[in-house]
Amino acid sequence: MSKGSLDAPAKPEQQAAHIVHSEDVTPLQVLSPEGEVVNAAAMPNLTDEQLKEIMYRMVFTRTWDDRAVNLGRQGRLGFYAPVSGQEGTMVGSEYALTKEDFICPGYRDMPQLVWHGLPLYQAFLYSRGHQHGGQIPEGVNVLMPQIIIGAQILHATGVAMGFKLKNEKRVAITYTGDGGSSEGDFYEGMNFAGSFKLPVIYFVQNNGYAITTPFAKQTAAQSIAHKALAAGIRGLKIDGMDVLAVISAVQEAAEIAREGGGATLIEAVTYRFRPHSMSDDATKYRTKEEEQEWALRDPLVRFGKYLESKGLWSEEDTARVKEEAKAAVNEHIKKAEQTEKMTVAGLIDSMFETTPAHLEEQKADF
Amino acid sequence: MAQMNMIEAIKDALRVELKRDPGVLLFGEDVGKVGGVFRATEGLQAEFGEQRVFDTPLAESAIGGLAVGLATQGFRPIAEIQFVGFIFEALDQMFVQAARLRYRSGGRYNAPIVFRTPFGGGVKAAELHTDSLEGLAIQTPGIKVVVPSNPADAKGLMISAIRDNDPVFFMEHLNLYRAFKDEVPEGEYTVPLGKANVVREGKDITIIAYGLMVHTAIKAADELAKNGVSAEVIDLRTLVPLDIDTIVASIQKTNRAIVVQEAQKTSGAAAEIIAQINEKAILHLEAPVLRVAGPDTVYPFALVEDAWLPTPARIVKAVNQTLQF
Repeated sequence: MSKGSLDAPAKPEQQAAHIVHSEDVTPLQVLSPEGEVVNAAAMPNLTDEQLKEIMYRMVFTRTWDDRAVNLGRQGRLGFYAPVSGQEGTMVGSEYALTKEDFICPGYRDMPQLVWHGLPLYQAFLYSRGHQHGGQIPEGVNVLMPQIIIGAQILHATGVAMGFKLKNEKRVAITYTGDGGSSEGDFYEGMNFAGSFKLPVIYFVQNNGYAITTPFAKQTAAQSIAHKALAAGIRGLKIDGMDVLAVISAVQEAAEIAREGGGATLIEAVTYRFRPHSMSDDATKYRTKEEEQEWALRDPLVRFGKYLESKGLWSEEDTARVKEEAKAAVNEHIKKAEQTEKMTVAGLIDSMFETTPAHLEEQKADF
Repeated sequence: MAQMNMIEAIKDALRVELKRDPGVLLFGEDVGKVGGVFRATEGLQAEFGEQRVFDTPLAESAIGGLAVGLATQGFRPIAEIQFVGFIFEALDQMFVQAARLRYRSGGRYNAPIVFRTPFGGGVKAAELHTDSLEGLAIQTPGIKVVVPSNPADAKGLMISAIRDNDPVFFMEHLNLYRAFKDEVPEGEYTVPLGKANVVREGKDITIIAYGLMVHTAIKAADELAKNGVSAEVIDLRTLVPLDIDTIVASIQKTNRAIVVQEAQKTSGAAAEIIAQINEKAILHLEAPVLRVAGPDTVYPFALVEDAWLPTPARIVKAVNQTLQF
């Protein structure tokens, strides 16, 4: 069974020795879509309580996403990028970290931030367009969601260099989609990490589409994981709909990084069940057949079946968590809506540590 | 005091801060082992180690992003962009990511970064090596812009920039790097960001300039003095924040002004300065404020460069037009 690794690619006999080849790899998988263990060797070491906590978080995140979509329709959120379908990649990758590890998110990666410690109401404030949404509390090791595709890749490289310079056993992790892997910054960030041997994980959630652009039109590379070779770092391709494969891969990459082994690029093959954003219409670029095919791989269904087979989860548990999530969302959106409004004067004061004279003058106009 | 040129003064500032604060890092293309293509960082890797003074791969966006990521972890990066034209590759990291970090996080994070770059013409370099791009920076909220004209100011301004908790775009004029030596205090001292210098007192007209153009303005003032015109010359030192008070005080005395910028005429620092003069000192003016600037062409190929750049003669001509208004 393949571990999804590109560490030592086999060389096909029929290829001339001087030709760089591009053989595909089988994604790392621990559970099949039916929830059966297909790779016990890669099973992460998790207690029953941990397994239940992971499922709790996945159900909570799905429910939060359902509610957020409705809040968006009611005009109570601004920009929101749906996450349904990507709970395995998001919850799993964050779960594999320690709280001291540092997350440099893209704009869709709000769940990782919240599970890493950002209060939910601040996530809502960020969506609504309020500065307090980005005021990450002390001790929460994350950056604000990044709008510029690929910029966060470079920041994670810098954060990781900071850890190395301070001799801290911490890891930076950053996220982008398949589209982000086309940005020049994606390669530059990885190349620096390879050159300086930095403790960083580049996690690509390949959900098949960059807004409307399908993966086949995004790159001719055999896979995104292959791009690791160009930067001289470790590359993994994994089944992103399998939360245990995600945890296994990230845990391993983080351990390697902490021990000074350098960076890993992880491509997690996944799917978003919803449009790119609230203004997108996915029916214009995806077929029903494709959506139905991916629904069969739902990460909550797969992991749920596995837990049920171990007597750890039930429909009642799902219903209970859904109610908890709904209550939490209601509580936090109200708190977000009650947060003191921003002023232009406050905006001016956040430009510099000390507000210069010309900006003090401009405040008088507001 | 020591006799230093601009390169030596900047290097001395870098040494002072690398020694003072272990969080200061210095990196860019060729800045480590060789000490930079102009030797501004020569010897610093040997003195402070390869972990703190290091070469990067050739990728300006990644240099900028590396600085931003390091800044979030408490470091004070000094990132060199080897030539000013190469900042286009780093614009997002400099003018979006670093400049916005404090604002986006409500003060939770900040970017105490110095982006230093050689710039400016008169040295017959290849295209894109000698542009003046400060106009892009001054309309970017959240980043300060420093343009020293002499060694002593360069050292004091650089020390201030490194200690500033906000990002600073530090522009080092190529033509001034080795043009002359001057008395530079040894040890640490700061020249505050946002305070201009009246380098020549006068009563008939105010000439406002920065960087190399300060020296061009002084040559013009010397020429004007031969004909009985007394010109005051202001060296801005920084464009953000701009010391408008010194400008206004000067105009209240002279009642006339011109602004010199090496950059192309349209937009940029001179236009902003004149706008602020209009807002604050219009009733003191006896003539419109003229600009002496590069024409609105692409920065020229080397063989026509000398004709393109502002000269003392062009400044004298503008002064005379103003006096005759």
